[in-house]
Amino acid sequence: MTASTEVLAAGHGTASAEGGTQLGYVQGRLDTTLIGVLLFITSEIMFFAGLFAAYFTVRAGHGNPWPPEGFEPELPIALVLLGILLTSSLTMEYSLRRIRAGDRTGLVRGLTVTLVLGALFLIGQLYDYSILGFGVSSGIYGTVFYTLTGFHGAHVFGGVVAIAVMLARGAAGQFSARHHAAIEGVSWYWHFVDVVWIGLVTTLYVLPILEGSAHVGG
Amino acid sequence: MATTTLAPGAYVARPGLWYWLSTWLTTTDHKRIGFLYLFNSFFFFFLGGLLALGVRSELAVPGLQYFDNTTYNQLFTMHATAMLFLFIIPILAGLGNYAVPLMIGAADMAFPRINALSFWMLPVGGALMFGGYFFGGTAEAGWTNYVPITARAYSPQAGQDLWIVGLILIGMSSILGGINFMATIFKLRAPGMTLMRMPIFVWTMLVTSALAVFATPVLASVLVMLFIDRNYGAHFFDPSAGGSAVMWQNVFWFYSHPAVYIMILPAMGVISEVLPVFSRKPLFGYKAFVFATASIGALGFSVWAHHMFTTGAVFLPFFAFMTFLIAVPTGVKMFNWLATMWGGKLRFTTAMLFAVGFLAMFLVGGIDGAFAASPPVDFALQDTYWIVAHIHYVLFGGSVMGLFAGIYYWFPKWTGARLHEGLGKIHFAIMFIGSNLTFFPMHILGIQGMPRRVADYVEEPGWATINLIESIGAFILAASFLVFLWNVLATLRGPKTHEPDPWQGNTLEWATTSPPPPYNFDHLPPIRSERPVFDVRMGVVDDPWLANLIGAPSGTGRPSLTAGEHASAGATDAAASGPGPTGGESHR
Repeated sequence: MTASTEVLAAGHGTASAEGGTQLGYVQGRLDTTLIGVLLFITSEIMFFAGLFAAYFTVRAGHGNPWPPEGFEPELPIALVLLGILLTSSLTMEYSLRRIRAGDRTGLVRGLTVTLVLGALFLIGQLYDYSILGFGVSSGIYGTVFYTLTGFHGAHVFGGVVAIAVMLARGAAGQFSARHHAAIEGVSWYWHFVDVVWIGLVTTLYVLPILEGSAHVGG
Repeated sequence: MATTTLAPGAYVARPGLWYWLSTWLTTTDHKRIGFLYLFNSFFFFFLGGLLALGVRSELAVPGLQYFDNTTYNQLFTMHATAMLFLFIIPILAGLGNYAVPLMIGAADMAFPRINALSFWMLPVGGALMFGGYFFGGTAEAGWTNYVPITARAYSPQAGQDLWIVGLILIGMSSILGGINFMATIFKLRAPGMTLMRMPIFVWTMLVTSALAVFATPVLASVLVMLFIDRNYGAHFFDPSAGGSAVMWQNVFWFYSHPAVYIMILPAMGVISEVLPVFSRKPLFGYKAFVFATASIGALGFSVWAHHMFTTGAVFLPFFAFMTFLIAVPTGVKMFNWLATMWGGKLRFTTAMLFAVGFLAMFLVGGIDGAFAASPPVDFALQDTYWIVAHIHYVLFGGSVMGLFAGIYYWFPKWTGARLHEGLGKIHFAIMFIGSNLTFFPMHILGIQGMPRRVADYVEEPGWATINLIESIGAFILAASFLVFLWNVLATLRGPKTHEPDPWQGNTLEWATTSPPPPYNFDHLPPIRSERPVFDVRMGVVDDPWLANLIGAPSGTGRPSLTAGEHASAGATDAAASGPGPTGGESHR
């Protein structure tokens, strides 16, 4: 006669993919952790939207040449870094597919390569900063260049830390074919960081060439 | 309860002050975190209120009596900072923290530990902002922090940097809280609780959270730009080096206009719970209300530049049009509320008085906002006391009235005892008189051109009198909170009745004990409409367990409804919620 729901009896103690305990019922197919990651990435997109908006405001109010005289970003380094990040996205995806198939060794191997590539990117960016002939305070171009690439670098650093944690947990055997939502979440975040760099290379390096505002020899 | 497993963060009584303290410091229980939000927010409400009294004391008569200009600037800056970022936004999130999992039939938030993190960033952020007092003065550029006033050259004090860092922390708290609410509402609804059966308060929290997730990161981006400008010699907001000062206003208001909806929507949600319960009617036009809430959230992103009409840097017709447009869904809600009360069996409890107070004062605030939406009028009113009157009518008359409606409404659920109705009505009366006495005359000063944010004013005819009236009103307003404080303390020390459902409520939080157990529910009723508890009380949905808890007649013992009554009860619900209570879809 009663169609009521006994919450504790029915849903209590359902182990979630994240090792925690989820109480009660869960609606929909997408894992709760992944919804959280998706929303977090959304907020990160809005953060970068603010920075990009500032860049384009500054650019629109500035005449040619752009980048201005004396500011010469290193396109080759940016492209090498792009190659590193794109490759690391592939190895991240490889790790994810291995753990989906239940292959923990493959996961650890893939994550190790991804971690090394992420660290290489950061080293490459620091090298780039060290050879550029301008700083954050030496003009408006320096301001937007270092803020945009710097915050992207900070996000790469965050991603590297997250991958290191995943590597440690993966090596400890905490993931399986069924329980690996954290790997999914970190991989989404890592692809997002990758996409931001594609956007940055396009905006900072390619667009000035396309609009013909970059001065020769840059 | 026969279960032996305890929820994470469940409270196990053990003796000792330190143990008691550690349970509060480490809790991940959404109800206790909700209380932490309330305590913390009221602490900053108290600080912000003291600063407001400082402002009003200085303005009571012309001339400089108590504070110099710099101190006065810090007073109004920190008053607004405390009230907006450390009181209204967090305390509404706190109400949501307590109510949302209960209202959707969940055991806790989706991410309990992130929930604790979101809370603990608030006192740290607040301490940073107010900490400026010990390091050569706080921020003093107004809560909008316009550049160039906040550039290093004009605000050299460390308090300005602390303000920026504190606000970034508070913003992160807001973002993480928003993510948590959205994940909770999407994933943890009880069986049968479809989106269109959610309580309106949950809907408003959902839209508020979406605004927080989309808008707050933009604020963070502009804050880090200002921080880099101030500390690392960058040029974002420096026009002489190719930056743009107006860019600050654009990006800041891109967040801060949606933020005013973050501050008002949950209060609107509270009103939409209180009015139906105390009018003994379903909310008029549930679907219209949901769509109005969603459209306010969406349109909220297209009106930011109405704060910047006089900069000459924005396209006036577009932003004026969008601003008038956003008044439409707000008007829809006003009619929802009025039609809910119309013909209802009204019970003027304290919560209901605050809800009606909200309607009256928010209407005034909305109308004077519509004046300012018209560019020619705005050019005359910009930066006068008209704007101050508007923000206080919508934020105090709106959000704070709604907040107190919620506090009086949910207090029996939180503690097991109702607040004293007599004291509550005195609190309401003094607060209503005090706030109107303080804020209404500001309209007159605004039309006469008295500028805001200035410590002194010229002795135009009548200005001294009006300012004195406002200052007296401010102290009356402050006194009303002493009544409230007394009421809370007396009630907490008094006997507890632990009524599960003192107001004959509609929504799921009344379907459990007062206060609820650590998991919230030992049992959930079938959910067939947006008023599951009402359905059980009226016998439309059969659930002997809940009927016994809330003291409603149940099963064979109750007088059964005739077919005609059943149909009419069904029709009322169908009109309000779409799927009727007899829409026999299985809840599993």
